[in-house]
Amino acid sequence: MELLLASAIGVFTAAGVYLVLRPRTFSVVMGLSFLTYAINFFLVSAGRLAVNMPDILAKGKELGDYADPVPPALVLTSIVISFGMTAIMVVMGVRGYFENDSDHVNITATEEMIARSRE
Amino acid sequence: MNIALIVLLPLLGSILPALMIRSGRNACVASATVVNFLAFALLLTHVPAVFFYHTTPKISWPWLASIGLNIEFWVDGLGLMFATLILGIGLLILIYARSYLSSADPMGNFYCYLLIFQAAMVGIVLSDNVILLMMFWELTSLSSFLLIGFWSHLPAGRQGARMALAVTGGGGLALLAGVLLLAQVADTYRISEILTRRDLIQNSEWFPTILVLILLGCFTKSAQFPFHFWLPRAMAAPTPVSAYLHSATMVKAGLFLLARLWPVLQNDGLWFYSVASIGLLTMLIGAVIALFQDDLKGLLAYSTISHLGLITMLLGFATPVAAAAAVFHIINHATFKAALFMNAGIVDHEAGTRDLKRLGGLMWLMPVTGIIALIATFSMAGLPPLNGYLSKEMMLEEASHTKWMGLKEVIPTLVTIAAVFSVAYSFRYFFGVFAGRVRHDYPHHPHDPPAGLWWPPTLLIMLVVAIGLRPDLLAESLVKSVTAAVIQDSPPDIHLKLWHGWTPAVTMSGIAVGGGLIVCLLTFVLRMAWDKLPRPDAKVIFDAVVHGLTRGCQLISDGVHNGSQQRYLFLIITATLSFAGWNFLSYPWAHGGRPLQPISTPLVVGWILVVASTILVVLNYHNRLYALVALGVVGLFSSIGFVYVSGIDLALTQVSVEVVTIILMLLTLFFLPKHSQPESRNWHRCRDGGLAIVAGLGMGGMSWLMMTRQWSMESIQSYFLANAKSGGGGTNVVNVILVDFRGFDTFGEITVLGCAGLAIFAMLEGLVRGKLRQRVQSWEPDVTRTADRHPILMVVVTRVMLPMAILVGMFIFLRGHNLPGGGFIAALVVSVALIMQYMASGFAWAANQVRFKYHGLIGGGILVAAATGVGAMVADRPFLTSWHDHWHPPKFLGIDFGDIEAASAMAFDLGVFLTVIGAVMLALAQYSKLGIIAVDAQVNANPMDCDPLNHQSPSTGAKPH
Repeated sequence: MELLLASAIGVFTAAGVYLVLRPRTFSVVMGLSFLTYAINFFLVSAGRLAVNMPDILAKGKELGDYADPVPPALVLTSIVISFGMTAIMVVMGVRGYFENDSDHVNITATEEMIARSRE
Repeated sequence: MNIALIVLLPLLGSILPALMIRSGRNACVASATVVNFLAFALLLTHVPAVFFYHTTPKISWPWLASIGLNIEFWVDGLGLMFATLILGIGLLILIYARSYLSSADPMGNFYCYLLIFQAAMVGIVLSDNVILLMMFWELTSLSSFLLIGFWSHLPAGRQGARMALAVTGGGGLALLAGVLLLAQVADTYRISEILTRRDLIQNSEWFPTILVLILLGCFTKSAQFPFHFWLPRAMAAPTPVSAYLHSATMVKAGLFLLARLWPVLQNDGLWFYSVASIGLLTMLIGAVIALFQDDLKGLLAYSTISHLGLITMLLGFATPVAAAAAVFHIINHATFKAALFMNAGIVDHEAGTRDLKRLGGLMWLMPVTGIIALIATFSMAGLPPLNGYLSKEMMLEEASHTKWMGLKEVIPTLVTIAAVFSVAYSFRYFFGVFAGRVRHDYPHHPHDPPAGLWWPPTLLIMLVVAIGLRPDLLAESLVKSVTAAVIQDSPPDIHLKLWHGWTPAVTMSGIAVGGGLIVCLLTFVLRMAWDKLPRPDAKVIFDAVVHGLTRGCQLISDGVHNGSQQRYLFLIITATLSFAGWNFLSYPWAHGGRPLQPISTPLVVGWILVVASTILVVLNYHNRLYALVALGVVGLFSSIGFVYVSGIDLALTQVSVEVVTIILMLLTLFFLPKHSQPESRNWHRCRDGGLAIVAGLGMGGMSWLMMTRQWSMESIQSYFLANAKSGGGGTNVVNVILVDFRGFDTFGEITVLGCAGLAIFAMLEGLVRGKLRQRVQSWEPDVTRTADRHPILMVVVTRVMLPMAILVGMFIFLRGHNLPGGGFIAALVVSVALIMQYMASGFAWAANQVRFKYHGLIGGGILVAAATGVGAMVADRPFLTSWHDHWHPPKFLGIDFGDIEAASAMAFDLGVFLTVIGAVMLALAQYSKLGIIAVDAQVNANPMDCDPLNHQSPSTGAKPH
């Protein structure tokens, strides 16, 4: 199972990196989503895998009977923050689209000229 | 207490003149003067303790004790003398500046800056903590930047201010490193303790480094060669600033620190040869250049450099008597030089020029000013019976028997030459401006100034004469006490008097005066030679260095930062991979021995689905809607994956976040093109693909390495597992960590989310209301829209579901502390239910039902969370400590309610809940508002598009605004 998770993390990362390097805002946001999945699973894997061992305390269980609660707590924070970041990114994409009539991520020569003329 | 007040009064009081200027210029000056006077009076209350009872009052308040930074002040002889100069002369300057500044100058700012500067200076001299001292040190650089550039419309002022800041600020950095090393070596940050550890410091291998770094700081601040060039350029400042900062106080900060650290840093070797030599050189160069200045303030600036060099040299001699001479000259120089600067200001103010070539004969027109200048310049030249003579004699006496590299002639000769020029420029100042015939071509008609301008320098001149005549009464015990503080030992046996007998110093003085007179008369001849001499212009060099640095940085930033995000990301990812790969490749890849978890069929199926979806997205990202669906599949299966690896909370959160994210991206896709054309060049794709594969191998490989190995250290999980119930009152350990153990993190996290919601609102508000609204309105949707905008079936279903969804949300919220759930997940569930109302029934109707603003929800949520945390502080516990208890209520109507638990963490979770709903709803509601503007749709504010009872056609509502 470790191999499956590790390879999935690798695939997410590769997809994320490739998409992030694309020239349009929407692909970049999708790429960020993939990187988020990769990193979240990476954090989970840092706690080593535990199958069917939840973190709910119950009587009669030893400390070793629980999954490590620290990585999930970290991942929860990560999910929340990356949600906020994704939201901001897509809205920036929309705003940029209306401002520049283009959803390209690079500043092109004409846009630069417009920006200079505004200054 | 009241030691700190001496510093705090001007610091906090600096706001007063800036406010009082509204009530007029006199009120502004009066407020500044009162603040300064109170600080001065407070300071003087310490005089008896320090000078008569020989104690050193101290205070110490902890601030950041862990890094050695505490609020520690002390008043000893040296600090008291400097503080007296700073506050005393400051008072005169404040009054002088009232008459000096013209009505066009923003006086409130001026006095505000001046008081900040004053506080910083007093802070330097009274600090008993090296880091605190450094903070004030930098504050003087900053406030002097503001003051030098006060006339910001003048290019010279701006350039001078920049140069001063660059030089003194750069020196400040060196000094910071130096004092930190010093404190490390001495093992204390308290100055009074450092001063007792001379052996420890001088025997340290770091001693040369420490000395060089500290000297760099002191020499730049005190304008010693070769850093002297900023001071003449700082003369672009208003004259009160020059008189205050550049003669009496700030430039002496370097000298103060040299004197302060004298007991631990001085020795016959490195200290003597660096400090004394630099001082001597500065003294000589300053004096020579000063003679050839035509600008009065330029002359005074170079003369100041020369005198600062003199004092530095005396401190460098490393003998108690030389230290006493240095102390005495600091006092004397402050009095006559501040008076002279004010004098130059008066001449400038009344005659309209400071150019020596255009002046002369003013004695007959401005007799009061002339007399001030006469006494002050003669004191500067070192003529009896004025105070400048006394300290100069002491200096010459010390110089006459100090050897340099075993040669006994070097120092006396050079010092005498410097003294000759010093006499010459002093005479040139007085005779050039005031002697000779009255001219008729002054820019203004000069006459004596109003009292506000002449009595402050007059007061100083009276000191010059009084100290000169009766040094034994007025200065001797003061100089002895201060010297004792400098050398941290009993003071040398010195007697200040005008006539010590026929000593070598008298001979040297005689040569200086005679030679000075001749040189002064020959200025014209010497001037021709001087003008032919090739001299490096410091400004040109400085500008070239600054320009070179700017150019270099610009080349780098233009190369890296060319507006192409693709390039930035490529560089960042490549750099990360290269750094990480370096270590990674050297690591064994093999399985690390930790037993693996078994693989099951559902797992493999899930893996195949996820990987296949990912590949689909990568291959088809041009077809955006399609790619988004595949992305959603990945997200959902990730949630299931979390369940599998025992992260139930994770799965719940992931699935609810996934829903909201996909909704958001769908909304985005409504505006953005649904398809994009392939446009990357092939080799670009190959390059990015290669990078992606390397990154994927790296991340996957790293997690493989990690998962197959045991922890190298014991995990901290056992602490949380053991204390979740007893300490946090909950059995869901993940939730307890979030709301209790790491509650501060979560508090920060919801704040971030709230900010994100507000930022989205603001960004979209620019489209809804700003100039871009027209663009949005003229935008044409690129897909055909359904005719049935709000299908009645969906409207009805969502409305029925709303209360149920809220009930589910409450359930999830309440169970969160003991079972999977919690405020965040509950908030997302409720948000989704609310968004569905917007989607099904339209923006107008949904927005009308909302009785409050989502902004308030964000703020309210953060406040609730904060209040919970503060509640713990009220109970005298650290911020966000949780409280929990349980009780068993009596049976009611035969129903047993069981144990009811309550934890303050629940109130905190409520804050999380409210903030998240607020942020999500604020963003999405604003989004749908934008949609209505974009499609120019007629909105329907009624509950449904058609009334099912009357079978009417869809009603038309009003347009949104």
